[in-house]
Amino acid sequence: MSRVETYATAALVEDALRGQRLPGWAAPAAAGLAVMTALLLAVATPVDGVAGTAVVAVLLFVGLQTAWSVRVEGRRHAVDRLATTAVHAAFLAAVLPLLSVLVTLIAKGIRAMSGEFLTTSMRGVSPTSAGGGLYHALIGTLEQVGIAVLLAIPLGVLAAIYLVEYGQHAGHRGFARAVGFVVDVMTGVPSVVVGLFVYTALVLTLGLGRSGLAASVALTILMLPMVVRSCEEMLRVVPDELREASYALGVPRWRTIVRVVVPTAMGGIVTGAMLAVARAAGETAPLLLTTFLSKSVNADPTNGPQAALPTFLWDQIASSTPASVDRAWGAALVLVLVVTALYLTARILARTTGVKR
Amino acid sequence: MTTAPVQAAPATVARTARTADRQPGARLVTRDLSACYGGFVAVRDVNLVIEPRAVTALIGPSGCGKSTVLRTLNRMHEVAPGAGVSGSVHLNGQDLYAPEVDPVNVRRTVGMVFQRPNPFPTMSVYENVVAGLRLGGTRRRRREHDDVVEEALRGAHLWHEVKDRLRRPGASLSGGQQQRLCIARAIAVRPAVLLMDEPCSALDPISTLAIEQLLASLRTDYTIVIVTHNMQQAARVSDTTAFFNVTEPGGPGRLVETGPTARMFTAPADPATADYLGGRFG
Repeated sequence: MSRVETYATAALVEDALRGQRLPGWAAPAAAGLAVMTALLLAVATPVDGVAGTAVVAVLLFVGLQTAWSVRVEGRRHAVDRLATTAVHAAFLAAVLPLLSVLVTLIAKGIRAMSGEFLTTSMRGVSPTSAGGGLYHALIGTLEQVGIAVLLAIPLGVLAAIYLVEYGQHAGHRGFARAVGFVVDVMTGVPSVVVGLFVYTALVLTLGLGRSGLAASVALTILMLPMVVRSCEEMLRVVPDELREASYALGVPRWRTIVRVVVPTAMGGIVTGAMLAVARAAGETAPLLLTTFLSKSVNADPTNGPQAALPTFLWDQIASSTPASVDRAWGAALVLVLVVTALYLTARILARTTGVKR
Repeated sequence: MTTAPVQAAPATVARTARTADRQPGARLVTRDLSACYGGFVAVRDVNLVIEPRAVTALIGPSGCGKSTVLRTLNRMHEVAPGAGVSGSVHLNGQDLYAPEVDPVNVRRTVGMVFQRPNPFPTMSVYENVVAGLRLGGTRRRRREHDDVVEEALRGAHLWHEVKDRLRRPGASLSGGQQQRLCIARAIAVRPAVLLMDEPCSALDPISTLAIEQLLASLRTDYTIVIVTHNMQQAARVSDTTAFFNVTEPGGPGRLVETGPTARMFTAPADPATADYLGGRFG
């Protein structure tokens, strides 16, 4: 190869590898220009309001950046910037409402918060007057959700273990498929229908009467499919290599499941179970049908109507006086705090058995 | 260690407490062994004698059934749904597939190390080594566990590298260390036979060398069967070599010939063996 050719190749390589890029200030500049134009348009044209202006600004920014990028950097970089913008916009669209809910909840809920609010019931407090509290509802929710957890999580985890660890084997496939189908159907049943079912089956037919226990059964039915499905997914991603490693040491299958498979999946199982708990803790319709409302403390879940945080909230909103609306916000905040506390406790417990890092 | 031998159901599949107690060693003999997955016959009519206290290498091209044969030797083959076995495998005269034999006891006697290192991710180095004892339900005192861990890790040439981090997660070790941890875990239950399914194929040359040196020291105590894709490795580590081949595509693999490694590599009886070992196919 001659000298000249070598130089020519070098020049070619430089041309091929280098490309024009937009400077670092291009995106902020485009954003600033888009916002200013949108503000001008808001003043000059009928398109105004915060939402309208924001949408116009975003669209202008996307158009401006894409056009500029296509001219300078070429099509591939322009598409990259477009996709990056879309991902960021989607992230904001998902997070902003969530933050808004949290901020509103804390700001409004904190007003109702006091020692009295957490330690007294609504017994003898009229909806219009201030005072009273949600102690009775807190007790009710903790008991109802607690019993539902004790029923749904062992049942759900065992069902998932059956589906994953035994359902593949000859002789079990048909039954496993039927169980999977029933679980899918259960996922789709509206919670009010579950409430009606428990009302007719337990409260009326079996004569259990309205009670926290009936509510727990309804919540169990709602939690069960979520627990089974999430736990099943988590068990399925445990590598077969770990099961084989355990069998090869002469460990029986049941001990392999209990000591190797379930601990490996523990983090995911706990997360799934807590999502089910969070959903159950906020259910209102089935509680109204199975345990109804109560203004006073009833610590016995087997006997008589029991209050709960969601039904308390519903009742206070229905009264719609300033004092009761404050109490409703307070109840909403306490409900979120209870679920968060349960979740954190479960994660900490799971850490002692789960995958080591 | 002064643990009495634990009697397993058939006396010949009993677990022995000390390696030194196993004077005769464990001889494996397969007779007309065939194995299938569903309708597909992976390997057919294997008649193989695996001598005690020696390394037997199973070699052959992909799909020849050598890994399947290995998995029939400790009844791991039947773990896969739809898998089946015919013929017999005798360990010192006892048929491993006899109806009264519990596969769990077979696997305690015939240990296995897999292609990819697979320490339990929920356990520390220490817990991984004693996993077979703890999960297998053998109750022992702490001190005994400590002794087992040190002995197994020394046996696996890993003790000096991990003795200061026994409480760290098993998965925190390097790939080669993880594989030696898996070997320590396998020998901690004191099997008579050690099966290795391409134990070095996921490892770098240095870790491979460490495992090969380990094999040389283990063969004085164990009957070792190793499946390998690497003919040079078979030549380096094994006393006996068994060559498997598959003649028609999609057909079952068969045992072509077996013999002392030195003879197999210099004067093979079958032309297919010569072609494979000479690098003409495979």
